[in-house]
Amino acid sequence: MDFNENFILGCSAIGAGLAVIAGIGPGVGQGIAAGHAAAAVGRNPGAKSSITSTMLLGQAVAETTGLYGLLIAMLLLFVKPLLP
Amino acid sequence: MEHGILLSGADDIDFMIHGIFKYSFFGHEVWITTTHVCLLIIMLLLVGFAIAANRVMAGASEEPGGFQNVVELIVEKLDGMVDGTMGRGAPKFYNYIGTVFIFILISNISGLFGLRPPTADYGVTFPLGVLTFLLIHFNQFKFQKPKDIWADMCSPLPPWLPVWLPINIISEIAVPISLSLRLFANVLSGTVMMALVYGLLGWIATAWPAALHVYFDLFSGAIQTYVFCMLTMTYISNARGDA
Repeated sequence: MDFNENFILGCSAIGAGLAVIAGIGPGVGQGIAAGHAAAAVGRNPGAKSSITSTMLLGQAVAETTGLYGLLIAMLLLFVKPLLP
Repeated sequence: MEHGILLSGADDIDFMIHGIFKYSFFGHEVWITTTHVCLLIIMLLLVGFAIAANRVMAGASEEPGGFQNVVELIVEKLDGMVDGTMGRGAPKFYNYIGTVFIFILISNISGLFGLRPPTADYGVTFPLGVLTFLLIHFNQFKFQKPKDIWADMCSPLPPWLPVWLPINIISEIAVPISLSLRLFANVLSGTVMMALVYGLLGWIATAWPAALHVYFDLFSGAIQTYVFCMLTMTYISNARGDA
């Protein structure tokens, strides 16, 4: 079986689009973290700065899985590993 | 860029690493790339700043003014950050964490000054992750008994049943990889998006991408620097057994 180069590139683009669907997970996770942080600030406004830094740390860690999807998409688009 | 980006068809979209100078290193073909050049510029900047700071602090006065104030503020803030996270073991890590923090921060925001951020190259962030990994395990073996380390590695089950050992080893190895990939992918995505915006808009992109620069370079770069240092400190103080 031998595929046209354009076919492979098109499929790579579709794969890249599918890979960034991974962004849904971190979006939900970061939203939950931000919501709970807002609730915590409402309950205890004095601890706002430490709550904010904890929230940002947690969000950045939660972001990692989405970034893995982004990396896969970038590899498919720019490094083009599937081309012969 | 013949097939890669179909957004604008512009040829001036450029965010890749370019080779500048090729040489042979024990038979391997090795390149000096744009990353090296940007790193060199940042290093010169930081070394110049360090020398200037050293000059000022050598003749430090009781009532600080001007540059001495700035230097003292930076050192105080960084030391305070390390103190807040590492507790008792903090003084030994002031130097390392402070250096890494300033280096990553300047690297991340160097996109503002027209450089390609060196941290958008996996060859720069991976060694940082490996340094963290080595520090974690050096401190673990220095401050914990081998029996405790073994019990920790078999952790959900008792130490005589090492079923979870392979999983725990994999999760230890994943630490430097996820640390370095997080930093790399964040900075790279910012770089790519800025390049796409500039390529898409051409000459229209005169003023308003500044807002995107503020987000991708300043905000994202500062957050990722903070996260990298914070996670490094947390892992190390966990390994030391004092928090």
